[in-house]
Amino acid sequence: MPVMRLKKTVLYIVLITISLFFLMPVYVMLVTSLKPLGNISLETMWHLPPSIDFSSYAEAFSKLAPNFMNSVYLVVPATILSALLGAMNGYVLSKWKFKGADFIFTLLLFGMFIPYQSILIPLIQFLRDIELYNTIPGLILVHVVYGLPITTLMFRNFYANIPDELLEAAKIDGAGFLQIFRYIILPLSVSGFVVVGIWQFTNIWNEFLFAVTITQSDKQPIMVALQNLSGSQIVAWNVQMAGALIAAMPTLLVYIFLGKYFVRGLLAGSVKG
Amino acid sequence: MEPASETNLSSEVTISKKKKKVLTKDHWLAIGFLMPSIILILIFVYGFIGWTGYVSLSNWNTVVPDFSFAGLKNYIFLFQDFRFQADLRNNLFFTILFISVVLILGLVLAILLDQKMVRGESLFRNIFFFPMALSFVVTGVVWQWLLNPSTGVNLLLKHVGLEPKWYTDTSIIAGFELGKIEFGLPVAIISVVIAAVWQMTGFALAMYLAGLRNIDDEIREAARIDGCSEFQLYWKVIIPQLKPITMSIVIMMAHISLKIFDLIYAMTGPGANFVTDMPGVYMFETTFRGNYYANGAAIAIIMLLMVAIFILPYLWNSRREGR
Amino acid sequence: MKRLLTGVFILFSMLVLIACSGGNGSEETTGTSEETNGSSEGSSSSAKLEIFSWWTGAGEEDGLLALLELFQEKYPDIEVENAAVAGGAGTNAKAVLASRMQGNDPPATFQVHGGAELNDSWVAAGKMEPLDDLYEEEGWMDKFPEALIELVSYEGHIYSVPVNIHRSNVLWYNKKIFEEHGLTPPTTFDEFFEVAEALKEAGVTPLALGDKEPWTATHVFENILLAKLGPEDYGKLWTGEVPFDDERVVESAEIFKQMLAYINDDHSSRNWQDASQLVANGEAAMNIMGDWAKGYFVNDLGLTVNEDFGYVTTPETEGMFMVVTDTFGLPKGIENPDDVKKFLSVLGSVEGQDVFNPLKGSIPARVDADKSKYDEYGQDTMEDFQNDALAPSLAHGSAAPEGFLTRFNQAINIFVTQQDVEQFIEALKAAATDL
Repeated sequence: MPVMRLKKTVLYIVLITISLFFLMPVYVMLVTSLKPLGNISLETMWHLPPSIDFSSYAEAFSKLAPNFMNSVYLVVPATILSALLGAMNGYVLSKWKFKGADFIFTLLLFGMFIPYQSILIPLIQFLRDIELYNTIPGLILVHVVYGLPITTLMFRNFYANIPDELLEAAKIDGAGFLQIFRYIILPLSVSGFVVVGIWQFTNIWNEFLFAVTITQSDKQPIMVALQNLSGSQIVAWNVQMAGALIAAMPTLLVYIFLGKYFVRGLLAGSVKG
Repeated sequence: MEPASETNLSSEVTISKKKKKVLTKDHWLAIGFLMPSIILILIFVYGFIGWTGYVSLSNWNTVVPDFSFAGLKNYIFLFQDFRFQADLRNNLFFTILFISVVLILGLVLAILLDQKMVRGESLFRNIFFFPMALSFVVTGVVWQWLLNPSTGVNLLLKHVGLEPKWYTDTSIIAGFELGKIEFGLPVAIISVVIAAVWQMTGFALAMYLAGLRNIDDEIREAARIDGCSEFQLYWKVIIPQLKPITMSIVIMMAHISLKIFDLIYAMTGPGANFVTDMPGVYMFETTFRGNYYANGAAIAIIMLLMVAIFILPYLWNSRREGR
Repeated sequence: MKRLLTGVFILFSMLVLIACSGGNGSEETTGTSEETNGSSEGSSSSAKLEIFSWWTGAGEEDGLLALLELFQEKYPDIEVENAAVAGGAGTNAKAVLASRMQGNDPPATFQVHGGAELNDSWVAAGKMEPLDDLYEEEGWMDKFPEALIELVSYEGHIYSVPVNIHRSNVLWYNKKIFEEHGLTPPTTFDEFFEVAEALKEAGVTPLALGDKEPWTATHVFENILLAKLGPEDYGKLWTGEVPFDDERVVESAEIFKQMLAYINDDHSSRNWQDASQLVANGEAAMNIMGDWAKGYFVNDLGLTVNEDFGYVTTPETEGMFMVVTDTFGLPKGIENPDDVKKFLSVLGSVEGQDVFNPLKGSIPARVDADKSKYDEYGQDTMEDFQNDALAPSLAHGSAAPEGFLTRFNQAINIFVTQQDVEQFIEALKAAATDL
C-alpha cells in the first residue's frame, strides 16, 4: 500500500519536526550547562561541548543550594497538609452531601481560578500581623489554603468513583462517618493521594508569585533564586542553564518516574467537578 | 446550615434517602469536617478579595497606608494610562494566540498520536508532555536566551538570512490609534506565545488523547461505512464530540493567560514601550516596587473580573450538569 | 491511623485559630505594637543591632564587612547583625523595608539613598528621628558639603548620615576604539554627535544602553537635563518651580531622541552590566553610567582604568556633580537607638568612611578624608566633589519621591521606542502632578 506508506512517512516527519521544537530548549540547556565556565562564546552556543564539564553545575549549585532546601522544607509539609485536607473535604462533598453542599463546593472551587494578585495585598498584611511574613511556615499556610480548592476537587472526583454500596454496607454494620473514612475510604485512597500529592508537589515547587512577594533573600524558594540569577550576563549563562536544570530536576524526576499519575492528576483537576 | 433530612435531591452519588434519619449525627460531623476549610476559604478568598476591593477605592498610593476614600480614581487613572491600555491589548492578543495555538497543536498531535500506525507513541507523548512539569520561571529563563536577538536561535537563523528581533521587536502588526496606544498585535508577544505554547501544549494533548480514546470505535466504523473520508470523519464526527473537552481546555488556558505573570517576569519583563507587559506584571511592579498599592489593587480587581467572565458561567454550568 | 486523624484535627483547630485571631484584629494589632515598641525606647538593651542594606555584591559587601569589623573593634559589646537583602540592585531591599516599616518592625538602621527616597517617604510619615544632635556632637556640620547636608534634611532637620558618594554624570569610553579611530572623548553635545557619527560609519555602536530596567534611560536623560538646565534650575524641576514644558526640557528630550539613533539594537534585553560589557568588549564605544560601572569594569571584567577604558563627565556637565549617596538613619520605635547612634558616628567618621569606600569603589561623603587611600579615578572625583555644584539624581531616588520616579520611568520607557517628544513632555507634566 504505497498511499499508506506515504501517509506514514508524512506523519513521522511532522511528529519529528514538532519533537525537535520541543527538545530544542533541552538541548541548549544541556550542551550549554555542560561546557566549561570559560567556554561561553556565542559562536559555539549550539555546538556540543568539547568535553563534559560540571563546573557550571557546581557553581549554580553553590548559589542555589540554600534556596533549594527552602523549597524542600516548603513543599513537603504543604503537599501533605493540603492533600489531607483535600481528602477530608472530598469525602464529605462526595459521600455526605447535605443541603447546600454543591453550593459550598462551587464556592470552594472558585478559589482555584482567582488571580492570586487579587488577594495578595491583604494576604501580606495578614501574614505580617500573624508574624508569618517572610517565613517558610507562612508560605506553607498560603499554599495549603489556596491548594484547598484543587485538592478538594480532585478527591471529590476520585471518591465519586467509589461505589456507594460499599458505604451502605458499612453503615448497616453500624459504622459511622469517621469509621467509614478511616476503614473504607482511606485505604482506597492511596492512588488518589499519589495523584494529588504529585500535583501539589509540582505546583508548589514551581510557584513564583507567592514566593517572590512573601519571602525575601535567604528565605526564598528556588524559583525566585533562579530568577534572580538569570537575565543578565553578570552570571555566565552556562551557570544560568545549569541552575535552570537544577531547579527543574525534582519535578522532572517526578514526571519521569510517575508521569502516569501526573497526567492523571492533570485530567482530574481540569475535568468539570 | 442544618443537615435537614430533606437533602440530597440533587445528587446521584449520595446515600439514598431511606437511611436519612440515622445519619443526622454523622452529617453534623461531616459539616464539622468541612468547616475549617470553609472558614479559611471565606477569609482567604472572599474576605481578602473584599479587602483588595476596599484598597482599590482608597488613596493608598504611598509607602504609608492611607485608607481614605478615593472613589473610582484609581480605576479611572488606569483606563487612561498608556501602560495599562498596552497591557490590556497585550493580554488580549496573547490570550487569543496562545489558546488557539495550544488547541490546534494539541488536537493535531493528539490525532496523529492516536493513529494506530505510529510506533514509539509513548516516546513522542513524553516529549510533548514533559514541559508541563516545569515551572514558568524555568521556561522563561531558557526561552529568554533562545529568543534573545543576539544569542539563541538567531545564531542558526542568520545562516539562512533571517534575524528576527523576537521579544525586543517593538512594532505592532496592523496597528491603529486607539486611546493612548497603537492597537494591534505586538510582534514581541509572539515570542512569549512560543514559550507558553511550548510549555502548555501537552495539557491540550493529554486532554484530547483521553477524549479520543473515549470515543467508541463503532462511531468511526459507522462513519466509514457511510462513506466518510478520514478528514470528514474528524471534522464532522470526532471534533464535535470533543467539544466539552475543548471547552475545558479553553477555560484552563484562559485563566492561565489572563493572570500570567511569572513567564513574562522571568523571560522579558515589561519590554520596550511595554510591548510584552501584562496586567499581572504591572500589578506586581506598581504595588511592590512603586508603592502604588491602591492602583495595584485596582489592577488586581480588574484581572479578577476578567477571569470571572470566563469562569463563572463555566462553574454555573458544571453545577447544573452535576444535578 | 488514629494518630494521623488526631494530628489533622489539631492542625485544623490551629489554622482556624490563626485565621480568626488575625482576621478581625489586624488593624488593632498594628496600633498597639507601635506603642509597645515605642515605650521601650532608650533602654540600651541586649537587642541586636540590625544593619539593613542591599550590599551583597563583590566590592560593596567587602566594604560593609570591613565597616562592621571596625565598629565591633570599637564596641565589642554590641551584637551586630548584617541584614543585607540581595537582588534587583536595591529594589528587593526597598520592598522588604517598606513592608517592615508598614508593619512597625523597622530594622535598627537601614541603607537609603539620601534625599527624596528617605525624606518624602519615611521622614514625611513621621517614622524617623532627627539627627541634629548627633551632627552637633560629632562636629559634622562643616565636614560634609553644605549641599549634601541639605539633601539629607527635611524641614530644617537632618535625618541621615551619608557614608559614600557615587557620581552619576560620567561617560565611559573604550580607549582602544577611540585611539583606533583618532577620536577624542566628547565634552559637548555637538562633539558627542560628531564622534557618534564617525563611529557609526566605522561600524561601531556609538552608545551602549541597557534599558531592560528603564532607570538606565532615565539616568542618561537626567544628565542631559542637568547639562541644559544647570544645577539650580535642574533642582527646581522637582519642586515644580520649573515646569516640564520648559523649552530647555524639550530641548533635552530632542537631544536624547537624537542620541537614541546611536544605541545598540538589543538595548531592551540588556541591563546596565550587559551594556557596560559592550563597551568593555569593544562592541560599543561609550556608555553613560554612574561610577559603580568602574567597579564592574575593574573587579568583574578585569580592565584597567585609563588603559582599557577612560572617563569624562557627560557632555556639558563639567563643573557639575550628579550625586548618588547612600545614607543611614534612625527609625522611630526601635529598641536600641543609642547603639544605632554609635554606629552612625562610626559611619560618619573619617576612619569609617575610609574603611568602607575604597572597597566599595565610591568616594567618601566627608571632605576631609584621606585621599591617598583612593585610586586615580577616586582622587579625581574627590577633587570634583569638593569644587563642583552638586545635583541630586532622579534615577536613583534622591531628587523626587519614588512614586514620581516610577511614573517618570514609564514615560521614558515609552519615549525610547516612540520618540515622540510632545507626548513625552505631556506624560512628564501629568506625572508631575504627583510631586
